[in-house]
Amino acid sequence: MTVLIDKTEQDKPRREAAPGVQRSRAPSPTPSTPASLYKSREQIYPKLAKGSFRNLKWLAMIVLLTIYYGLPWVRWDRGPGQPDQAVLVDFENSRFYFFFIEIWPQEVYYITGLLILAALGLFLVTSLFGRVWCGYACPQTIWTDLFIHVERFFEGDRNARIKLDKAPWSLGKLYKKTAKHAVWLLIAAFTGGVWILYFHDAPTIARDFFTGHAPTTSYIFAAILTFFTYTLAGFMREQVCTYMCPWPRIQAALIDEEALNVTYRYDRGEPRGAHKKGATWDGRGDCIDCRQCVAVCPVGIDIRDGLQLECIGCALCIDACNTIMTKVDRPKGLIAYDTDANVVRRQNGETPRYRLIRARTVIYAFVFAAVGATMLVALLGRTTLDLNVVRDRQPNFVQMSDGAVQNGYTIKVMNKSTEPRSLDLTAIGLPSPILKVAGQATTTLDVPADETIDFRVTVLEDELTDVGDRREFQFRLFDPQSGTDASRPTVFVAGP
Amino acid sequence: MTDNDNADTPHEQRYDEPTGQYTTGHSWDGIEELNTPMPRWWLGLFYITILFAIGYAVAMPSIPLVNSYFQGVIGYSDREAVATEVAEMKLERALFAERLSNANLETITADPELFRFAMASGRSAFGDNCATCHGAGGQGFKGYPNLNDDVWIWGGTFEDIRNTLVVGIRASHEDTRMNLMQAYGNDGLLNRDEMRDIADYLLNFTGRGIDPEAQQRGSELFAQNCVSCHGADAKGDRIQGAPNLTDAEWLYGGERDDILETLQVGRQGVMPNWHERLDPETITALAVYVHALGGGEPSVVADSEAAETVTPDTPEE
Repeated sequence: MTVLIDKTEQDKPRREAAPGVQRSRAPSPTPSTPASLYKSREQIYPKLAKGSFRNLKWLAMIVLLTIYYGLPWVRWDRGPGQPDQAVLVDFENSRFYFFFIEIWPQEVYYITGLLILAALGLFLVTSLFGRVWCGYACPQTIWTDLFIHVERFFEGDRNARIKLDKAPWSLGKLYKKTAKHAVWLLIAAFTGGVWILYFHDAPTIARDFFTGHAPTTSYIFAAILTFFTYTLAGFMREQVCTYMCPWPRIQAALIDEEALNVTYRYDRGEPRGAHKKGATWDGRGDCIDCRQCVAVCPVGIDIRDGLQLECIGCALCIDACNTIMTKVDRPKGLIAYDTDANVVRRQNGETPRYRLIRARTVIYAFVFAAVGATMLVALLGRTTLDLNVVRDRQPNFVQMSDGAVQNGYTIKVMNKSTEPRSLDLTAIGLPSPILKVAGQATTTLDVPADETIDFRVTVLEDELTDVGDRREFQFRLFDPQSGTDASRPTVFVAGP
Repeated sequence: MTDNDNADTPHEQRYDEPTGQYTTGHSWDGIEELNTPMPRWWLGLFYITILFAIGYAVAMPSIPLVNSYFQGVIGYSDREAVATEVAEMKLERALFAERLSNANLETITADPELFRFAMASGRSAFGDNCATCHGAGGQGFKGYPNLNDDVWIWGGTFEDIRNTLVVGIRASHEDTRMNLMQAYGNDGLLNRDEMRDIADYLLNFTGRGIDPEAQQRGSELFAQNCVSCHGADAKGDRIQGAPNLTDAEWLYGGERDDILETLQVGRQGVMPNWHERLDPETITALAVYVHALGGGEPSVVADSEAAETVTPDTPEE
């Protein structure tokens, strides 16, 4: 088959981006300059937008960065001998601390639950308001925004930056570029440095870091984080969202026509075109094709082409368009948080409706609440005392010389409290058990604070001695000091 | 490639109306591919991985040669790294190990941390050295004693167990535990009927005898041949390592045929002496572990004999 290159078709109108909206046409490749299979990144020069969403983004940035940089310094008293850092991932002692919560490695399901909650929360928010996570809260967005701000501080706004990049090298350009990169590196190093504070006692590791006494991993991770903050926020920027992050792909499945998204209301904007002051608005759309929405876009797209993979939903185009609409004395909201369905409804002369309660939002909310409630119950019911029992299998049972039968157990006692405990061990459900704990005369198990200790325990039974006797029973631990108890079922056998 | 009908213009790209994208110009059986260009830095990453692989191969041990291998320019060796780690670990444990080597059970149990160290270290050493004969949990097999019960041929105190580990039984240590269960049948000391009588006499301790007359004869034969080791009441003698024959526990099996076989061929089980193969601290740890398995007996307090028992450190003469 021969592929027909129908040159006559080239001038026909293309499939529209939206009804009445022309799609911007890709550059025409010719055999002499074939379109490459690889695409170089085109530098994007986002213009500073002003407005309520920009203010919201400033606020989000300040709050989130303050949390990130400041959280490791927050103290939380857990008693003597315990770390007093509010949020601490202690790999050395395999503990995770979060304010009043302390998690042991075997309780990693709390983290799993938290991740599930985060995913469901993201699903819910996305089905309601689109990519607000990407637009306001994602670290990639926050640090990119910060870096762009630094860039703007030294090099000026969009036009100045474009001009600077085109200009030949000069002392002034050298200064601006050097200063920008220096500040970027400083922020990156600070970011990487703070990262390691989450994994050690912050004041100690901070001191050790500068005196050269910190563990090698700390330096390595600080360097990795510094490198990636600098490259991802300084150079990669929207490339991370477009090419690396799976979230934009997943979100396509979460957003439906009733989800609020940053939307160009083409029903009102089209047909677009330049507008002379004083000229009539009749018979034309409100879009004056000023391209301010494109100028402020941090991912370099035209929102008027409709919802796109690249759009991170930062809403800066809303601010830009509102500024223009105010200037030309038209109502705000040509670009706004709206739904696809509403644009169509308006175009058909219907009243727009906002359906926040839909099957998917109800399901996400319900599952979110259910998982959250389960987690809460699990967390509130978390005991500070637990035990595991491993029964000897080799030998399954032991016959003593006097005919009594003995079974061996390894009891793992977890004392998750901050106090050492002396626990009374009993076997409940056996007729005449004689308990013996290896290496000690009594059956009191001493477990230091915040530790897991294995005890070898034998149970001697002179009533259950016939081959085939089998009795289920429980090992019970009781803490007379606090009244806490814990028990674990196991079995006693007197025969194979 | 041969199917590429577009061969004359291999890079002719076409605008695809429905998608608003261009094709790559590749066409196989008329199936075309839309051009969704990859970011160029991605290609850069690919080249970086190749460079990394080359760098890694140069730096690290990588290429097998005929009799050896290319060791890499930085001279890294996994074997050495493991050796270093093991040495570091030993150094860390040295403090415990030192405290263990000659300690008695009382000292060890007085410090729960030391006791746990001994248990863990004993468990691991048991798996490496003892499990082959005594079983993974020390449950024993025919001819290899169960170490979980309270039946001890040579004594079940901590000191006895440690001593057995050090000197062994019928082993090469100078002071090894030694006795002789003769092959009464093979050596012609007893005839077949006499052995049957003794077996019936012994079985009667656990109520399994069948012929009172045979038991009477067996009792007399026992008095003539066996009491010197097993005692007049057949309850054995730990000093000599003679097992109790009146209980239900039989090292080589307690059925009539088993007992007859034991009388016929004799029993000369060997427990190696471990003092040459294991550190004193490991032997102590093993003794702690075995003692704790379930049948360990309390040490004899202030016994003058206990002081004389061979400790793992006793130098060979």
